[in-house]
Amino acid sequence: MRAAALVLSILCTSLAAGEIPLAERRSGYEFMGRETRAMQDDDSTNPALFWLMDGETLWNRKEGAAACASCHRSMAGVAARYPKVDSGRAVNLEQQINACRTERQKAAPFAYESRELLALTAYVARQSRGMPIAVESNDATRPHLEAGRELFKRRQGQLNLACTQCHDDNWGKQLAGTTIPQAHPTGYPIYRLEWQGLGSLHRRLRNCMIGVRAEPYPYGSPELVDLELYLMWRARGMKLETPGVRP
Amino acid sequence: MARVAITAPSRAKKGEVIEIKTLAAHVMENGFRRTQEGTLIPRDIITQFACTYNGVEVFRAELYPAMAANPLIAFTTVAAESGTLEFKWTGDNGYSATQSVTLTVT
Amino acid sequence: MTSRRRFLAVVGGALAASQATAQLDPNIQALRRAALAKAIQKVTEGKPMRTGKVKLQVPPLIDNGNTVPLSVAVDSPMTATDHVKAIHVFTEKNPQPYVLSAYLGPRAGRASISTRARIADTGQVIAIAQLSDGSFWQDSVSVVVTLSACLEDGLI
Repeated sequence: MRAAALVLSILCTSLAAGEIPLAERRSGYEFMGRETRAMQDDDSTNPALFWLMDGETLWNRKEGAAACASCHRSMAGVAARYPKVDSGRAVNLEQQINACRTERQKAAPFAYESRELLALTAYVARQSRGMPIAVESNDATRPHLEAGRELFKRRQGQLNLACTQCHDDNWGKQLAGTTIPQAHPTGYPIYRLEWQGLGSLHRRLRNCMIGVRAEPYPYGSPELVDLELYLMWRARGMKLETPGVRP
Repeated sequence: MARVAITAPSRAKKGEVIEIKTLAAHVMENGFRRTQEGTLIPRDIITQFACTYNGVEVFRAELYPAMAANPLIAFTTVAAESGTLEFKWTGDNGYSATQSVTLTVT
Repeated sequence: MTSRRRFLAVVGGALAASQATAQLDPNIQALRRAALAKAIQKVTEGKPMRTGKVKLQVPPLIDNGNTVPLSVAVDSPMTATDHVKAIHVFTEKNPQPYVLSAYLGPRAGRASISTRARIADTGQVIAIAQLSDGSFWQDSVSVVVTLSACLEDGLI
């Protein structure tokens, strides 16, 4: 019991060892150059707009039994609350979309990182733009938050680095000429200049793991979704910027 | 599915200089990249862009592999008369896209 | 804050010493500079280029070389007798030097274009304007290109 209480208090306080104080948190947006920020801010020239257009088409298209639009109206606030914990398993927005497709629409799920899934996820998440991220720590989420936090703090890969070492302890400093951001998932799916396309948080997390020469977890794996849950909770209260542009 | 997006005013005063922003969905494969196995990925880019205003060409551009993916081209034109602005992109492998917008000039 | 250089359109004369160390092999750098000089030669047909009138805006420190916003503005009344005919943009270190050639005219109202380029390595970006009177004007900016940390292929 005492151990659980201790873990609880560590998770609940924002000033646990190495964590960024809530008031000092800044989105990756603030670490970019002025021109890159302008690319995100201008809806008419943000390259993600093509995925948003496709997302809107898919949203209104009848797939199997029905279109998304047949059941759902506004999705405002939805993306800000994901990942969720459902029947003991953490589920992210992409997985929820696929669950709706298979269970409600009786249609085949979209592959991870497929154009369709990215477009739909972006279209849904865009409707929460400007809203604060609202992932909570409660009885259901706590074990997953703990697992995600443990992964964030674990050294891994040939470089033997933990996420926290760069993103909690050394944010703002330079790594190979680039400023290290705090790693808040405030704009996903993002148009990453490096990819020259739109991509998911899991793609970015896998890039990070490859960066430290670790074997990356598969898309949609429980490890990555738990980590995603932890990162969204760590960014709670920060505004969602989807679709973000990032270097 | 040749996707393009135009941002331009729908109304303007005669003689006013208006700004037009155009975006085209295209990978702009530069022809210098290689696969993990070392095979050269062939070039696949948009090569030409033109804007005509009631049939008269008012702007033209030649694009090269050094243009970023999903290329943005922003330029200006004088709002001379009401009518149609037509935009056309052409490129490698038979790529072609067109879009038009109407402009009311008062 | 941009730094302006006087660009010398002579092969081997383009000794624009970048403030940051570029990553390219010196032999390849030399070949690309020669290609740049040749491309400029083709545009200007050997006519001299003057500094002024042209303002090239590129971020001096680039987040990612894959997509670099840049804009060119030329000081010109854009009348039938005095206007910008063309704007050409080049880079010093890319595998081929051309970025964009834009053809304007009096109907443009203003000589102002914006686009997004790929810049492979730290070095010069050059904009050349061709005026209706046959003269050429240029501006250049020295840029530093950084590489994203954490790439997919794990290559540095």
